Amino acid sequence: MKQILEQLPIVIGALNVGFIQTLKLFFITLIGAFPLGLIVAFGAMSHFKPLSYFTRIIVWIVRGTPLMLQLLIIYYFPGLVLNTPIWGSGESGRFAAASISFIFNYACYFSEIYRGGIQSVPVGQQEAGLVLGMTRSQIFFKITLLQMLKRIVPPMSNEIITLVKDTSLSRIIALQEIIWAGQAFMKGSQGISGAIWPLFFTGVYYLIFNGILTILLGRLEKKLDYFR
Amino acid sequence: MAILEVHNIYKNFGGNEILKNISFSLEKGQVVSIIGSSGSGKTTLLRCLNFLEQPDKGIIKVNNEILFNADDPKTQLESEIRKKRLHFGLVFQSFNLFPQYTALQNVMLAKELLAKELPDYKKHKTEIRKEIKTEAVRLLNQMGLSARINNYPHQLSGGQCQRVAIARSLALHPDILCFDEPTSALDPELTGEVLKVIKELAVQNTTMVIVTHEMAFAKEVSDHVIFMDNGCILEQGDPIQVFENAKEERTKNFLAHIH
Repeated sequence: MKQILEQLPIVIGALNVGFIQTLKLFFITLIGAFPLGLIVAFGAMSHFKPLSYFTRIIVWIVRGTPLMLQLLIIYYFPGLVLNTPIWGSGESGRFAAASISFIFNYACYFSEIYRGGIQSVPVGQQEAGLVLGMTRSQIFFKITLLQMLKRIVPPMSNEIITLVKDTSLSRIIALQEIIWAGQAFMKGSQGISGAIWPLFFTGVYYLIFNGILTILLGRLEKKLDYFR
Repeated sequence: MAILEVHNIYKNFGGNEILKNISFSLEKGQVVSIIGSSGSGKTTLLRCLNFLEQPDKGIIKVNNEILFNADDPKTQLESEIRKKRLHFGLVFQSFNLFPQYTALQNVMLAKELLAKELPDYKKHKTEIRKEIKTEAVRLLNQMGLSARINNYPHQLSGGQCQRVAIARSLALHPDILCFDEPTSALDPELTGEVLKVIKELAVQNTTMVIVTHEMAFAKEVSDHVIFMDNGCILEQGDPIQVFENAKEERTKNFLAHIH
């Protein structure tokens, strides 16, 4: 116990650094996947059949294969198979590859949530907008969007919380996120070796962060309760 | 001169002829009621007038201008349809109010969006918005909803919702206001308050096309009645003629079941 207390500041320092990387990946995925998912959703709903089929096939592939496999392929494929290492070396290259993989993967999941949300808004809403002389984009942004958002908050919250934990998959390409940072103390780092408790301790970070997110998303859901 | 002329409209869905050779005209300030059993094509006809459906054949004229001609693709351009729609207003059976906006915002929204397209909108922004708001408040007062302007649709009764929807349509000053069974989603008590509002509009010479199952109301408010059956206009004329001296057996039968 005494030993753990002595190690604690060192471990927390290292885990903080790892967690910052986790948070960066988390936020950049959301920033990229929120809009990209909407574009994918529109592609899947397009009346232009080839585009709709193409989009649905992509979504099928991305949702049908493990994110870990996608990470490995996106990170290693350009360099090892195509002989064009586009990601560069070091942590920034790994982070870029992880970001692309996560944004793409999550955009596909989000797209299905968006599609469900948009299609659950009664068609009469759109017709009312049309009859009132609104353009398609006015109808989307002024009428459909908020009604869709209200409906997708619960399933989106689920995905967002899953994303927090999924970022740990980037450990497979040695991105130095919090799991990587915790694991380092098993092999030996900063004078501590053979310690497994730092790895377990990373769970506290996830729990606290997801707790905060749950509260914030709950508030958002409440905020949209002003209409039905 | 007729404000609305409909010539030989046909519409089919997947091989089913929903509208067959529909022709009628309407004078400015008049009210035409369209009656008939469910599935006779009444709603489809209204949707064609509002460009929510495109007829397969036929011509629609407003103020002698050809808005739609099935044989002339130039009258079917998506970009033009938006403007042409504004000749018509449509009040839906299920109101279709925008739930995230208050009654007042529902009435103002479309007008504000249209105003933004005015070339000098930026210069006169505050006056224009104030004008739109004043007009919207006036319309809601006219509908007897002055105490309700800041309520959201879910806080209103069905009758109140439908009156907001009527105000929303009126805000754009359509030449012809269409009603698609405006009281069919309402219980009898609420039906009365909506019919009263429509009657008042008729007194003010609002040009209206009303699809309804309220026969007494149709008889009272209409200048012209159209009886539709199986996609055709079976009989039309002034209310007395259709309601009391129907020529067709089918019309008599229908009316006998209603009364």
